[in-house]
Amino acid sequence: MNKKLADCVKNIYIALIFLFLYAPIATLMVLSFNKSKTRAKWGGFTFKWYAELFENEIILEALGNTLLIATLSALIATMIGTVACVAMNGMKKRSRAILLGITNIPMLNAEIVTGISLMLLFISMGLRFGLGTILLSHITFNIPYVILSIMPRMKQLNPSTYEAALDLGASHVTAFFKVVFPDLLPGILSGFLMAFTMSLDDFIITHFTKGAGVDTLSTKIYTEVKKGIKPEMYALSTLIFVTVLFLLLLVNMTPSRKKQS
Amino acid sequence: MEKELIQLIDISKSFDGQMVLDELNLNIHENEFVTLLGPSGCGKTTTLRILGGFANPDKGCIIFDSQDITHLPPNKRQLNTVFQKYALFTHMTIAENIAFGLKIKKKSKSYIDDKIRYALKLVNLEGYENRMPNSLSGGQQQRIAIARAIVNEPKVLLLDEPLGALDLKLRQEMQYELIRMKNELGITFVYVTHDQEEALTMSDTIVVMNQGYIQQIGTPESIYNEPENAFVADFIGDSNIISATMIEDKLVSILGTRFPCVDTGFGTNKPVDVVIRPEDVILVEPAEGTIQGVVTHLIFKGVHYEMEVEACGFEWLVHSTTLFPVGKKVGIKVDPFNIQIMNKPESEDEEAVAIDI
Repeated sequence: MNKKLADCVKNIYIALIFLFLYAPIATLMVLSFNKSKTRAKWGGFTFKWYAELFENEIILEALGNTLLIATLSALIATMIGTVACVAMNGMKKRSRAILLGITNIPMLNAEIVTGISLMLLFISMGLRFGLGTILLSHITFNIPYVILSIMPRMKQLNPSTYEAALDLGASHVTAFFKVVFPDLLPGILSGFLMAFTMSLDDFIITHFTKGAGVDTLSTKIYTEVKKGIKPEMYALSTLIFVTVLFLLLLVNMTPSRKKQS
Repeated sequence: MEKELIQLIDISKSFDGQMVLDELNLNIHENEFVTLLGPSGCGKTTTLRILGGFANPDKGCIIFDSQDITHLPPNKRQLNTVFQKYALFTHMTIAENIAFGLKIKKKSKSYIDDKIRYALKLVNLEGYENRMPNSLSGGQQQRIAIARAIVNEPKVLLLDEPLGALDLKLRQEMQYELIRMKNELGITFVYVTHDQEEALTMSDTIVVMNQGYIQQIGTPESIYNEPENAFVADFIGDSNIISATMIEDKLVSILGTRFPCVDTGFGTNKPVDVVIRPEDVILVEPAEGTIQGVVTHLIFKGVHYEMEVEACGFEWLVHSTTLFPVGKKVGIKVDPFNIQIMNKPESEDEEAVAIDI
């Protein structure tokens, strides 16, 4: 009986935490289906805002930009990150620790600082602001996340397997792709998904490195909201939230599935 | 002796300024089971890695089948390695693991299948083709690692403490398995271990190493019975190592008492070390012994009793099947051919090593 009570209290506590965390988002999601234009009262269920959203060409263009940048920057960051991990793994302990610390800086650094410094860098280099600069900055802040998810895998690796492959006649390249790469793959995949997610929902850095007239979803929402919040924005935010949630679930599932097999 | 297959000539290697191997010279013959034996950090694994091509010597060269292979990468060498922690490819089945080397050499499918079957039969794991490495026990994984290496028909198999991770019973079984495999394959095995029993059981030749130097090369019998210095005597089995003086040929003074022995050529009145194996110390009635002492410790070891006898200020370690209780006065006798005379270590460095053990 006592145990039951304790369990009950525990469950209520957890429920409260989740309510506190997700109530705002839940409100937003509910409002995105609200027929009435004011937030104050429920006017019935509708998909109208979603339909309007997908007819809005400006938003669709922003969506296209977002997906393009997320995919490209995640891909490139994953490649750079993987190569960096291989290199760092071969280093001496001290230099590896220093390099790992340096790569972590963009992750710990306030985004606004990263954003402004990237902007200043691009200006001093004379680059034209636009999709290219957004892509560059997204690759920059994605690399640490990729390294973060591959490095633990790398450390678990039995260093002899690579040597065993060489010993059996494989060249360095063959040995890497046939033996090391498959072992790293779960880490590489989750690194890619993490980078994709980070790029998808970045606002601050994009805001500072985008040119006039080029928008991603997050910057588009920001400009729209300044003019007054339209219900389409609720719908859009809901979609972004669901996508990010799905990706995060995927990221967390990949390594555990591997362990079970 | 069969013809020489591998020659290591003046191999030196240091890591971060620390000398690991110092001008090492070693010849390995065809169809020989050579064991590199020594404590950790003695350079035995480094020697093996240099042979395998995973480490480059700072100086010296390696001759393999009368070809200089010093700068040949591992994948171009006609030898294969069995690694300490198996190093199986965990995302591949057993069959894929074994086929790895053959696929790279672009052998035909039927040839590969034949080889897999042959290798699994050799290591007594028939029918395991489709299992994953992680579903096998440590001993089985080690057998697969051996199978994966030998399908490539190397002239030499390098084994880096392959039995280190197995339990005692399995280790003893695998020792016999390895001897059987070697005889069946008729190739050279170079084996690295710190376990003297393993080395004595399996080897044709034992190379005892310490601090980057070879201490002694010889058959298991000669290493055990005629150790060249205190380090070898102490590392291979229990022994009584006593400072003594060689009075003349065939006569040595141990702890002030003269013992006849069989060694000659050490000079007269020269300080030496003598080693007497505990099973060669014969306990008799006090009057019959060359020296007298008192039993201070007694332990039952199964096959024999292990006793310590205090005599002339030295604790003699004695193995005997006859029991002498603690406190009993006994006499000690040693047959002349069981007294092994060794030169004292020459440098202080070597001395430090000998004491350090």
